[in-house]
Amino acid sequence: MTSSSKNNAPLLTWFATSMVVLWLLIAIGPFIWTVWGSFKVEGDFFSKADWRNAIYGVMTIVETGGSYTGNGYYGAWIEEEFWFNVFNTTVVVFFTVTISLTMGTLGGYALARSGFRYAFWLLILALIFRAMPHITLVSGYLLPFFEWNVWGKLSTTIVVLVAINQPFTLWMLHSFFLNIPKDMDESAMVDGCTRFQAFRHVIIPVMWPGVITTGLFSFLLAYNDFAITSMLLSSENQTMVPRIASFLGSVREQGNVMFAVAAVVSAIVPLFFLVLFFQRQIVSGLTAGAVKG
Amino acid sequence: MKYIKILSCAALMTGASFGSAFAGCGIESGRISILANDFPALHAVVSKAEECAGGAVTFAKNHTAKHQELQGPALTANPAEYTAKIVTNGSIVPLLTDGLLRPLDDLVAKHGQSLGKNQLITIDGKIMAVAFMANAQHLVVRQDILEKVGKPIPATYEEVLETAEAIRAAGIMKYPFAMLTKADWNLGEEVVNMYLGHGGEFFKPGTAEASVNNAKGVATLEMLKSLMEYSNPDFLTYNTGAVVPLWESGELAMAEIWGSSMGSLLDDEGSTPAVVSNTVPANAPTVGGGSNPASTLWWDGFSIAKNISDEDAEATFIALVNGVSAEMVKANNDKAVWLMDAYVPGKSAEGVSMVAAAGAEPYPMLPYMGLLHGAFVAEVPDFLQGNESAEQTLADIEAAYTASAKEKGFLK
Amino acid sequence: MLLFIALPIASVVVQSLFVQHEQVMIEVENCGPFKCETVIQADPDATAALRESAPLGKYNALKTYTNRNHLAFDELGDIWSTSETFFGFVGGVYNLPFYKALFFTLTYTFLVAPSVLILGLFIALGVNRLPELVKGPTIFASLLPMIVTPLIGSLILFWMVDADGIIGATLQLIFNNPDLSLKASAPLTWIMLIIYGIWHSTPFAFVVFYAGLQTVPSDTLEAAQIDGASRWQRVRFVIVPYMMPLAIFILLMQLMDGLRVFEPIVGFSASAKATSLSWIIFNDLFGNAKLYGSAAATSMLTIIFVCIILTPVLIRTWRDFNRKGI
Repeated sequence: MTSSSKNNAPLLTWFATSMVVLWLLIAIGPFIWTVWGSFKVEGDFFSKADWRNAIYGVMTIVETGGSYTGNGYYGAWIEEEFWFNVFNTTVVVFFTVTISLTMGTLGGYALARSGFRYAFWLLILALIFRAMPHITLVSGYLLPFFEWNVWGKLSTTIVVLVAINQPFTLWMLHSFFLNIPKDMDESAMVDGCTRFQAFRHVIIPVMWPGVITTGLFSFLLAYNDFAITSMLLSSENQTMVPRIASFLGSVREQGNVMFAVAAVVSAIVPLFFLVLFFQRQIVSGLTAGAVKG
Repeated sequence: MKYIKILSCAALMTGASFGSAFAGCGIESGRISILANDFPALHAVVSKAEECAGGAVTFAKNHTAKHQELQGPALTANPAEYTAKIVTNGSIVPLLTDGLLRPLDDLVAKHGQSLGKNQLITIDGKIMAVAFMANAQHLVVRQDILEKVGKPIPATYEEVLETAEAIRAAGIMKYPFAMLTKADWNLGEEVVNMYLGHGGEFFKPGTAEASVNNAKGVATLEMLKSLMEYSNPDFLTYNTGAVVPLWESGELAMAEIWGSSMGSLLDDEGSTPAVVSNTVPANAPTVGGGSNPASTLWWDGFSIAKNISDEDAEATFIALVNGVSAEMVKANNDKAVWLMDAYVPGKSAEGVSMVAAAGAEPYPMLPYMGLLHGAFVAEVPDFLQGNESAEQTLADIEAAYTASAKEKGFLK
Repeated sequence: MLLFIALPIASVVVQSLFVQHEQVMIEVENCGPFKCETVIQADPDATAALRESAPLGKYNALKTYTNRNHLAFDELGDIWSTSETFFGFVGGVYNLPFYKALFFTLTYTFLVAPSVLILGLFIALGVNRLPELVKGPTIFASLLPMIVTPLIGSLILFWMVDADGIIGATLQLIFNNPDLSLKASAPLTWIMLIIYGIWHSTPFAFVVFYAGLQTVPSDTLEAAQIDGASRWQRVRFVIVPYMMPLAIFILLMQLMDGLRVFEPIVGFSASAKATSLSWIIFNDLFGNAKLYGSAAATSMLTIIFVCIILTPVLIRTWRDFNRKGI
């Protein structure tokens, strides 16, 4: 669809491109700044004297001798064993995404294809659940979890994250399935397929963009969650975000902020590859063709 | 007895260094699991206690800034998730109110010979916690700047105002002063400090009714507001993480900070030698002609959960006594102001010692103090931003407190 | 799933209707490292006995909802009868914590949600026109504000807008005002929070719209083009209607997330200038106080507000369902 309309309006193209470029600057500016600053010492990156110190690294030269330092990374990964938290995050994220997508795909499809009104009410319920602040939920979970002796386990956290995530996943996949014309699977069923076969052979091939986009959001929720993981996991099996928060210090003590900055930068790297890999699936023209046909 | 313990610990050290799974400290079996806040001094204590693990002794620890949120549910469960909680005179109160802690008298008699009398926190005649470190907010000044304007180290907040004005008038700094006035727990703490400095009483004697809407309350708020004239307009975002770097970059001449931050002000990281060599800890100032410094004393200590077996309680207690042993103090002397005899106070501890010696009040261990503290946090920022009068703010504080105290059952 | 959804909501409803038992107080002597003093303390044994008989606490009906920390009906009445002007009344209401938080929450929500929707659509359209080669990195870069955990994202931005940070210093230069501080003034703090909200949520709208764009039937577009529709007309009459379910979905999510706004207030240390409903809940639950009933009441009020605000959108969805059902 893009190729046909590309060259007929140079002004529009120019405008659209410059808007995207402007947006990119706003979106990634702070991160380029952070990546650059992560190789400096705290006195530079958070300099009260002059923010340009963060660019030139005045204090970094004084304290380490060079204008770049890997101290933040060394501290976070070697001294504080950040890899362990990365491992925990991997486990939590993998299971959360897998479970919630499996349930979400089947549930979302059923909801989208059911003309019954309970689907609407279920969605309302789901939305109310999403409207409730997570901290209210977690403080309610705490005592039973301690009583049942399941607190502090990765599996408990996964279950809670899936549950909190599910309304969102359902609602989103439901929206995507609504976009896939009903006649597609109905024609398959006319051809003698069962409902499940129709789903298997007709819907699954075209649902990937929706599933991957939804998956991306479940992933981000599990990956970034702080409210739940910080309350449900012990410091011995923490995921990355609460760990990074703990680098920041508490009321009475100043933390090691550069460890946190280095850890944040390290945490973005896997995301880069992930998005790069999956954006192909989102972009693939396969979908448009499938819907058309 | 004491010798035996030291010997057994020494045995542990050698045992550990040879890689054997010998359980030290004389504990044969039991479950030790400790919930604590997350800062270096507590890491030192808990890691030392961890040396007692091995064999049939299981050990777990959780250092988290969320310790206050977790402690209630975690110790309510039976058996409790944690056998010990590292508390302060603030965070122990909800545990006492809910009756979740075990009296330690028998354990102290049996295993606590190495503990000093001043370390034992007794409540209603029963030992409920063992304190091991102290902390308080105090003043820190830049000697060179004070000399430039020809002022001594201020002993009262009125003098702080004068000195700040002198520094501003001399054109050295526009905003020479800072306190921990971030609009969260920090600001509440400053109000508590200042009000106690004025000799105020938070509650009507013998009741849980707040009584801060008085002349002392007004004076407290007015003093804070005057001080903020000399603090950067961003003051409502100032916590330790903000003030310490400001100080290190030489942008402040006087600041009120926690004693535990002194270490990082005096080390060689993040600052210039000119700033560090002129950084001098001072007593917390008095205010309004009061005799006590406007600061509150805090202790950190350990307490044992009630809902655990006697065996676990004993194992945990022995491990934590080992955690606060002289050996630990010697290895971590400058990480905190320790209460143990082995501690050799350095320059970074001077401020806290002065505050304690000058007779500052401990932070009130009242079950409803947290509610009043919360009301300060909610209402005082409005006043400091000039949106309302001191009387209105104090009336709001009392109203907010009353509403939450009713909900908690402290008021009818 | 029902267990995880229904139980907490039910328990929150129940919690909000109860307050704690009256505490039995006793006088005790406490000794610490600094001194001994006589204080009054709650008697855990006596309270435990009370709790045994009625574990939920004292039934309080809706009084928690109407006390000063929530809807404050009595105080509202007082303010109404004492204030002479309308602005005096508004000022008095704004002094009550719940209404103050509500005001910011609603402002934030109604500014952030539409901005995010529009900006997201335009960025998606713009990115869609880019050559295949740069699409991947562009998508990644556009997602960054959402990907990075709000905790750290706001910390870094908070630093950058500091009077000594890069953005803060630049703004001072632009406005030629050395005292300009985004952190010190309440209106600027609000603007900062709202811009942060837009910055943080736009990627969400962008990626949903972008994925949706890939499924727009190209023959319809081509047909429109052959019929002489301009680019804008094609967007207006083909793409926008086609994306309507997605737009509603994004709007719902943004309205709800906006009403739950919390992290930026903590990250930007803005609680002195702006509080939100979620922030009040957080404040009640954490710290020493642990006002469970209060937090539950605020949560319920938040949900009620969500329902009120979402009603128009939900009615629309309801119609869609009905149409589908026929």
